[in-house]
Amino acid sequence: MWDYVKLVALGAIAVLAAIAANYAHDLPYMVNAIVVMLAAAITFVWALRSHGTVWVHPANEYMDGVVRAGVIATTLWGVVGFLVGVIIAFQLAFPSLNFEMMGILNFGRLRPLHTSAVIFAFGGNALIMSAFYIVQRTCGTRLFGGNLGWFVFWGWQLMIVMAATSYVLGGTQGKEYAETVWYIDVWIAVVWVAFLLVFMGTLWQRKEPHIYVANWFLLSMIITVAMLHIVNNLAIPVSVFSSQSVPLFSGVQDAMTQWWYGHNAVGFFLTAGFLGMMYYFVPKQAEKPVYSYKLSIIHFWALIFLYIWAGPHHLHYTALPEWASTLGMVFSIILWMPSWGGMINGLMTLSGAWDKLRTDPIIRMMVVSIGFYGMSTFEGPMMSIKAVNSLSHYTDWTIGHVHSGALGWNGMITFGALYFLTPKLWNRSGLYSLKLVSWHFWLATIGIVLYASSMWVTGIMEGLMWREVDANGFLVNAFADTVAAKYPMYVVRGLGGTLFLTGALIMVYNLWMTVRAQPAKASVNANNAVPAE
Amino acid sequence: MDTYSLMREFADSWALLLLTALFLGVFVWAWRPGSRALHDDAANSIFRHDKKPAVEPVSRDVRGNGAKQPEEA
Repeated sequence: MWDYVKLVALGAIAVLAAIAANYAHDLPYMVNAIVVMLAAAITFVWALRSHGTVWVHPANEYMDGVVRAGVIATTLWGVVGFLVGVIIAFQLAFPSLNFEMMGILNFGRLRPLHTSAVIFAFGGNALIMSAFYIVQRTCGTRLFGGNLGWFVFWGWQLMIVMAATSYVLGGTQGKEYAETVWYIDVWIAVVWVAFLLVFMGTLWQRKEPHIYVANWFLLSMIITVAMLHIVNNLAIPVSVFSSQSVPLFSGVQDAMTQWWYGHNAVGFFLTAGFLGMMYYFVPKQAEKPVYSYKLSIIHFWALIFLYIWAGPHHLHYTALPEWASTLGMVFSIILWMPSWGGMINGLMTLSGAWDKLRTDPIIRMMVVSIGFYGMSTFEGPMMSIKAVNSLSHYTDWTIGHVHSGALGWNGMITFGALYFLTPKLWNRSGLYSLKLVSWHFWLATIGIVLYASSMWVTGIMEGLMWREVDANGFLVNAFADTVAAKYPMYVVRGLGGTLFLTGALIMVYNLWMTVRAQPAKASVNANNAVPAE
Repeated sequence: MDTYSLMREFADSWALLLLTALFLGVFVWAWRPGSRALHDDAANSIFRHDKKPAVEPVSRDVRGNGAKQPEEA
């Protein structure tokens, strides 16, 4: 019965999407409708072929297939996102790479593609993959909801493809990190609620009495992102056949909502979620429990209580009321303490095992990632101080800050997790080559250092040039003067990105060879059927 | 009083007090006497159930003397 319902629903979606493509008011909508039609048709064929299959979900095995798919998706989207990042870095350095040479693939169209690819495709898949792996292991129970986990995985990939095609063709809401148009927003909400259900269901069925702290971070990430996403995307579509919509808020309220969303997307998607990864993968790789469980509890609750207020620091010296601006600044500075508490907790997990830094490049990667977490959670509060912000805002310093967090913290901890997970999930005795992990580590680290330092130089230079006035009070520099002065730093930044991308490609090769060429300890599917020893 | 002022007044008085008390309460709760064993056990829980799910709920006595489940490798 359920099989027939599925077929009817998928067929109906494919037909309706085809009709919608025909009536589309704009190009991104039409292409997205065609993508939906194809996705529904492919799923229809799959449902037809698997008709009558009895899905087994044995309670004595973990559901690792979806985590394996997550490892592959994270790796591939990571490379795509970094590649687009390198391209747009050179587009800024060499303007002719925009309209003249690349047409619609100019910086304006590719920039949201880059940010969404690295945050939501690479980061999102890393979070979904880690959440599914961690929650099963720490609860001692199989993932809840049968194939719902697979729906989350494929639903998320569909969202990524729709967002990417939409951006390139000009579909956007014009909200940073929330560019996806209204129907993609609705789809994100559906997939995300399914993610919440799978995660919560697994927690409910747990065999361990205590919920391990990594799950707190992951759960807070899922719930908060749902709330932020829905509130920030409240909008009325101008037509069901158009990608355009009108937001419910306007003016400074809209700006405040956007940065309440924007900063907490950083705080919960890129911080809380990845801290969940840190609190699981670092102790596992170090084979030592976390340094202080009490400190991890404080870390968690302090982030929950404080992060949500920090958003206004993105809107200093705007129409935002002074008190809101000050509130955002104060809470950002207070955040420094719990962030460093968490950093110390992560680093000190290695106390008594520091020798592993020399022998285990994966641990080295994780430690550097925690180091970058500490560095960017120091830099961020400093930049939120109004006096500093008056220099740093709208300059490349901000971009440097974001990338030391994103490449250093999120990227490195994800690489560590991928290196940790791949041999385990495919039942290999170990990675193909630790030497290649070292290569990846050094290329990525040098890449980040080049990126961050060139952006400090150009950002501060730019800020100083903008505020320079002559004896009569006139501005000394035109905007184009700063653009010209930034050229060498932009080239260095592009080179840093290239190194980071090269490191990621080495990782792809290494992970591929781990699965292909390493002797298997047991067949992949027999992963969990290992008898108790 | 209009809704904004009413909510504003509530937010910067009772709500602020409650949230601050809750926040400080978390510190007290984390460092409460007798939590050490529970926390040590929780911190080590990631080293259990690595390969396959637990067969039955892991029991732990009220004094928090650690999990009693015999575990797979």
